[in-house]
Amino acid sequence: MTDTMFYRGLLLTLPGVGQVFGAEMPLNMTQGVTEISQQVYDLHMTIFYICCVIGLVVFGAMFWSIIHHRKAKGVQPAQFHESTRVELLWTAIPVVILIGMAIPATKTLLAMEDTTKADVTILITGSQWKWHYKYLEYPVEFYSLLATPAKQISNKLPKTENYLLEVDRPLVIPTGKKVRFLTTSDDVIHSWWVPAFAVKKDANPGFINESWAKVEQPGIYRGQCAELCGKDHGFMPVVVVAKTPEQFDSWIAEQAEQQAKAKAAEQAIAALQMSMDEAMSLGQQVYQGYCAACHQPSGEGLKGVFPALKGSKMSIEPAGRQAHIDIVLNGKAGTAMQAFGKQLGLKELAAVITYERNAWGNSTGDLVQAADIQAAKNGQKE
Amino acid sequence: MSIVTSGHHADEHHHSAPPAGFKRWLYTTNHKDIGTMYLLFALAMFFIGGAMAMVIRAELFQPGLQLVDPNFFNQMTTVHGLIMVFGAVMPAFTGLANWLIPMMIGAPDMALPRMNNWSFWILPFAFSILLMSLFMEGGGPAFGWTFYAPLSTTYSNDSTALFVFSVHIMGISSIMGAINVIVTIFNMRAPGMKWMKMPLFVWTWLITAFLLIAVMPVLAGVVTMVLTDKYFGTSFFDAAGGGDPVLFQHIFWFFGHPEVYIMILPAFGIISSIVPTFARKPLFGYASMVYATSSIALLSFLVWAHHMFTTGMPVFAELFFMYCTMLIAVPTGVKVFNWVATMWRGAMTFEIPMMFAIAFIVLFTIGGFSGLMLAITPADFQYHDTYFVVAHFHYVLVTGAVFSIIAAAYYWLPKWTGYMYNETLARWHFWCSLISVNVLFFPMHFVGLAGMPRRIPDYALQFADFNALISIGGFAFGLSQLLFLLVVYKCVQGGEKASAQVWEGAEGLEWQLSSPPPYHSFTTPPEVK
Repeated sequence: MTDTMFYRGLLLTLPGVGQVFGAEMPLNMTQGVTEISQQVYDLHMTIFYICCVIGLVVFGAMFWSIIHHRKAKGVQPAQFHESTRVELLWTAIPVVILIGMAIPATKTLLAMEDTTKADVTILITGSQWKWHYKYLEYPVEFYSLLATPAKQISNKLPKTENYLLEVDRPLVIPTGKKVRFLTTSDDVIHSWWVPAFAVKKDANPGFINESWAKVEQPGIYRGQCAELCGKDHGFMPVVVVAKTPEQFDSWIAEQAEQQAKAKAAEQAIAALQMSMDEAMSLGQQVYQGYCAACHQPSGEGLKGVFPALKGSKMSIEPAGRQAHIDIVLNGKAGTAMQAFGKQLGLKELAAVITYERNAWGNSTGDLVQAADIQAAKNGQKE
Repeated sequence: MSIVTSGHHADEHHHSAPPAGFKRWLYTTNHKDIGTMYLLFALAMFFIGGAMAMVIRAELFQPGLQLVDPNFFNQMTTVHGLIMVFGAVMPAFTGLANWLIPMMIGAPDMALPRMNNWSFWILPFAFSILLMSLFMEGGGPAFGWTFYAPLSTTYSNDSTALFVFSVHIMGISSIMGAINVIVTIFNMRAPGMKWMKMPLFVWTWLITAFLLIAVMPVLAGVVTMVLTDKYFGTSFFDAAGGGDPVLFQHIFWFFGHPEVYIMILPAFGIISSIVPTFARKPLFGYASMVYATSSIALLSFLVWAHHMFTTGMPVFAELFFMYCTMLIAVPTGVKVFNWVATMWRGAMTFEIPMMFAIAFIVLFTIGGFSGLMLAITPADFQYHDTYFVVAHFHYVLVTGAVFSIIAAAYYWLPKWTGYMYNETLARWHFWCSLISVNVLFFPMHFVGLAGMPRRIPDYALQFADFNALISIGGFAFGLSQLLFLLVVYKCVQGGEKASAQVWEGAEGLEWQLSSPPPYHSFTTPPEVK
């Protein structure tokens, strides 16, 4: 890896740095695992070397002059101060270099933006602070959330290898197929970035962007949200698992079956009664995953940004119950409160609302059941 | 071309000494007093914005959340950016313009002195509003200095209103400052100072002033649209009401890119003044410098969307903005080549202003190189919104704009105060700054290329060692600037007397005045050969 060597050499020019650090530090752009990412890497290195050469010539001339043309050496200053020929020359040469650079860049760009003839299409929806993946050709969709435990972030547990770059459910794509990504957002602008694919596309609310990747090697590829999207922008990673087409087919079939079963089971779930203990423990789990980022684990929210649930009128008065179910199901327009009705199952919704109405000293004693959630959902449909 | 008649000057003779005390500063219409206030204000803001950078670097010293919560971290990055751009760099250049333009063109003062007073005195209010918003419930603005909608509209707290009003005031101040510069340069040049005889600092500021007048109203427009989207039910940036969040970015960057040049063109003027002085040789390619500056200014209106390559533009728009952006490298290159040619076969000495100027040329050019890399759209998809971009714009703004301002301060301080600065302290300041600024910003290239996004309060483990190093560089750079404070303080207090000429090779009207210069610079216009 001569390029890496080159960078390491550059780094050594900083006093002492080379000795301080080990050898595992990434220094350069990844070459990635797609043809496009390799082309992007080559463009990056080409323009980098061009800059190095220009820098060497210009700084070389300057430092030569600084060493030789100094008053301390007793030189008399020359008085020349213009030359149209020289000016034209150093205008024309950069233009030629730039044209030479623009040609391969244009070719790569046109290839990157050609999203036609895709084999698989996946709709990626960002929201604060998670990704939702929906396979347009298959009845499969799911949310993907940060899996790093909060205790690692707050330094109470040692950090593990993929700290902040791990999710509960990664996106799975087939190798050797052109996979098209459609990106959009439910709230603010996010940006879906996987460096190994050289794909970074903004997720704009109300609009759909396109990009694509054709991954040859099975593997796990990690990235992050790249556009500031609020408080937990640093905590919404992207993980993509590339599987062989056969493995992908069996995986997606399994997922489709599971999700169909889960949907069918919703009716059965609606009829089930949870005990208070069961509701509270499931509710706490769901709360940590979906609600605590804004309303905080303590239920106290962030003053002036995210409202408190602890002691709030809605969550301590019996009369607030229906409003509570409504806001969790449908969100609140014009605020960061999302509609969780489509993100969580009936049982999870019932449990988390129960939890919010009974935790942190909110002691309504209310036990919300899946049937209540379904009734609320049905009520909307009428 | 001189419109100034001796009659005009007669009015101004009757108060040649400044009134004493607080009123002198509050009521002053004198370009030197106002220039001093601008410069001191910028210095104060540089330290406040710098303190915020220290908070950022302290949090990023190690992975995990240690000192601040992510919401406050976002407020720090946002307000650090706003303060440094609008509070430190821009007022510092305006302060230099106030001090120097009348002296360089042979005028007694700025053309519109009362407006000059007002354009300064509204600034402290603007920044008080911005800083006070940090103490509101929910904190201050946390959406980045670029305040992308809808994060700054639907999803922001009520400090947004204060943010909008403070930006309005900053904009008004800048526009008034720009009008003053233009009117002064057009009307008050000494007889014989033709356009192509003006010092380059005057030229670059004239072009900057036109850029300011062109784009500050655009900024005012976009913050107003944010305000009405948030509070008055409009949907400029909300797709649900027929708007488009990407429209925000187009308007913002139509302001934002010329803004970048507003922060660097005066720096070009400063370096073009300093290098010939210490090379004892006239500036190489004066005319081409003027044309290059003008071309950069014109091109700056055609490249805004290179900040937006990942927003999903049509591919032909991406190509257009890539080509235009690459083209900017040509006039910028011409400037660097001209500076090197000015040094070539000169008789150089290396006083502190020259040291900072040389550091500027090398480090600004490194920032230019990374800018050229960022122009390559396919590669930009990888660089965009990473620390590579952070490295790029800090090289052009800190080792570019800020180093040029420091160079200017050392270069003209003896003229302003009448005393030489402390050479030993100044050398310490230079070398500490030079080393620490590179420990601070150079490794950011590496973490950016390796995939670390910007504006995150916590990061994956492979970035940890570099971030610790960057933070150490940051603290060292921050501390080094206290030396600058000390140098300036001591120089104002006294020291070795400076001659009128100050530097052996200095040329220009400002060096014909005594050090310090009289309260009203040229009461009778000097003759320019």
